[in-house]
Amino acid sequence: MTPVPSQVPAIACVAAATLYGIAFLGAESQLAVGALLALAAAAIPLAARTGALDKVRDSISANQKTFDGAAIAGVLAAATFLHQEHFAILMMTTAMLLMVAALGLTVQFGFAGVVNFAGAAFLGIGCYTAAVVTKYTALPSWLTLPAGGLVAALIGSILILPVLRTRGHYAALVTIAFGILFKTFLEVNDTLGGPQGIQVKPIILFGWNFNRPIRIGDFVASFYFSYLLLALALLAVSFAFVRRLERSWIGLSLDAIRLDEVASACYGLDVARWKVLAFTLGNFLAGCAGAVYGHVLGFIAPNNFTFGDSLILVSIILLGGIGNVWGVTVAAAFVVILPEKLQIIQEYRFALYALLVIFILLYRPEGLLPRPLRDYLPGRKASAP
Amino acid sequence: VDIALFGQYLVNGLMLGLMYGLVAVGFTLFFGVLDVIKFSHGDVLTVGAFTGFATYLALKATVTIPWLQLVIVSVAAILAMAVLGALIARFLVLPLRSAPALNTLLITLMLGTVLRESVRLFFPDGSNPKPFPALLPNTAFAFGHFNLRVDSMILLAAGLMMIVAVHLVINKTKLGLAIRAVAQDGETARTMGINFTFVILVTFAIGSGVAAFAGVMNGLYYNEINFGMGLLLGVFGFSAAVVGGLGNIYGAILGGFLFAALQTIGAVALPFASAYKDVFALAVIIAIMTWRPTGLIAEKSSERV
Repeated sequence: MTPVPSQVPAIACVAAATLYGIAFLGAESQLAVGALLALAAAAIPLAARTGALDKVRDSISANQKTFDGAAIAGVLAAATFLHQEHFAILMMTTAMLLMVAALGLTVQFGFAGVVNFAGAAFLGIGCYTAAVVTKYTALPSWLTLPAGGLVAALIGSILILPVLRTRGHYAALVTIAFGILFKTFLEVNDTLGGPQGIQVKPIILFGWNFNRPIRIGDFVASFYFSYLLLALALLAVSFAFVRRLERSWIGLSLDAIRLDEVASACYGLDVARWKVLAFTLGNFLAGCAGAVYGHVLGFIAPNNFTFGDSLILVSIILLGGIGNVWGVTVAAAFVVILPEKLQIIQEYRFALYALLVIFILLYRPEGLLPRPLRDYLPGRKASAP
Repeated sequence: VDIALFGQYLVNGLMLGLMYGLVAVGFTLFFGVLDVIKFSHGDVLTVGAFTGFATYLALKATVTIPWLQLVIVSVAAILAMAVLGALIARFLVLPLRSAPALNTLLITLMLGTVLRESVRLFFPDGSNPKPFPALLPNTAFAFGHFNLRVDSMILLAAGLMMIVAVHLVINKTKLGLAIRAVAQDGETARTMGINFTFVILVTFAIGSGVAAFAGVMNGLYYNEINFGMGLLLGVFGFSAAVVGGLGNIYGAILGGFLFAALQTIGAVALPFASAYKDVFALAVIIAIMTWRPTGLIAEKSSERV
């Protein structure tokens, strides 16, 4: 038995990431942002060379619970530190919500191998559900969160038959067509606000209006703070859920189906059932994230959910390493926050990420952070290739 | 139905069908030789139309004869896109030949985004629609209330000639023989001394050139081009190719007309459809794909385990 790696490197890694995040989100000038990026670009290869990265990796895989707790504490610490910065809190919230949507896409794409190029459409279904529920019904507004997920799963079920019957590029065509259909539909439908968009009223939970700033004594937080806490809770629950799913026999079945449909059918796996499950689950997660996102934005328009946005979600999956849940989380933060802070690339972000993915596919097809093998025994390195 | 309106819909539908068919020919050619789908095809069309537009702007002062302008604009667009198509094949599609098919799909999707965004960002004022010059004679013959426009007739004739030209190249030339050989069996074609890579590059050049032609046609017909025009045309073109059976050129053209007919009939027959015509057409695509997952004329392939 090798000795169990200590918890220190994992916690140190979270602490460093938190400090870096605070510095990055709080950086005022473009020069500071550039310097911080250069620092990261220098520090990561250095850590890899000195072996620190391996230590951190071993420590994380041996102490997953500590690491998860530390990560949540890190987000909370950063949010508390930046609690008056509306923009920084908004960015953190958006990043966390896109992480949830990307996790949903990971279940579809990374686990079951079901392609979905309409991720932004399902996010949009969640947003528009939130808008419709708060505008046209008297339902309590907190219901929008589950409602967004359910409606996305329900509308997604229209696509189940086409997605099951087609594969490869044909399935891609179906989801692309659906994504464009969704946006075109929004543009011509007057009930949903047409091209101008529609307002989403805030969540009101037990008399607490989420759009109001939190005041506890001298502590006055941004009006996005309530949403940040909600997004963090949603992310923590979805993350735990997706990782449980990955480790369970369901995740194993999904992997088997992705790797070889015919073989897994021969071994008695119900291919259709698992694909439907993965597809619906992924859409549900995207819809839930979308509902909260709608409330956060306050005003949504068809242009928030274009084909380009769907491709950005796919880029997140590829940058993070297909099927790697932690990788996807990091990639989502990177993809959301970078263009907001580095204004020179804001306008170019669609093209930039598309180029990045092209290079990854050409030179590193398994993604920047390849998905590790499952280790059922914590701390034990899998020896099989 | 009013005869004038009917005539208008007929010309419109034929034009649309021809454009879809020309895009579909590219999809079907690429799939034929390499079994890949190049999702950036629609955006190549956009870049082709903008190349033509840029050529026109550059020529405006020196060449003033409209038909000469038109010839130069078309030739420039077609040649430029043929080169671009060959470059895409050489540097993005061929290197991924041994990778999973999904990677080719992703890389061409992303390339489409790069092309689309490049037009938007780097063409002067590219995010707004551009007025495409009317280079064809704008006279019209009146049949009762229906105006038969000469430019529409010329465009239809030119599109048909393009299809005939592709047909002749594929079926009557030595190059076409090589393309068909590679499409049938790449390995065997190689052992027969066919330059595989060259044939692939030429095929991509032909397909992309045809797309550029469709782009210029689109600009001349609607007198407007914008950076997003290729996305929808690409999706419809691909659907047309799928409906006609991928790898089958005549199927692709048939599929194009079928789609245009559906779209036109949908716009006329359904009461709510005029605003929802694209929604309707996209829903039809999804429905057809569900009904016949590999197209009306099914793809001839067995599951290779």
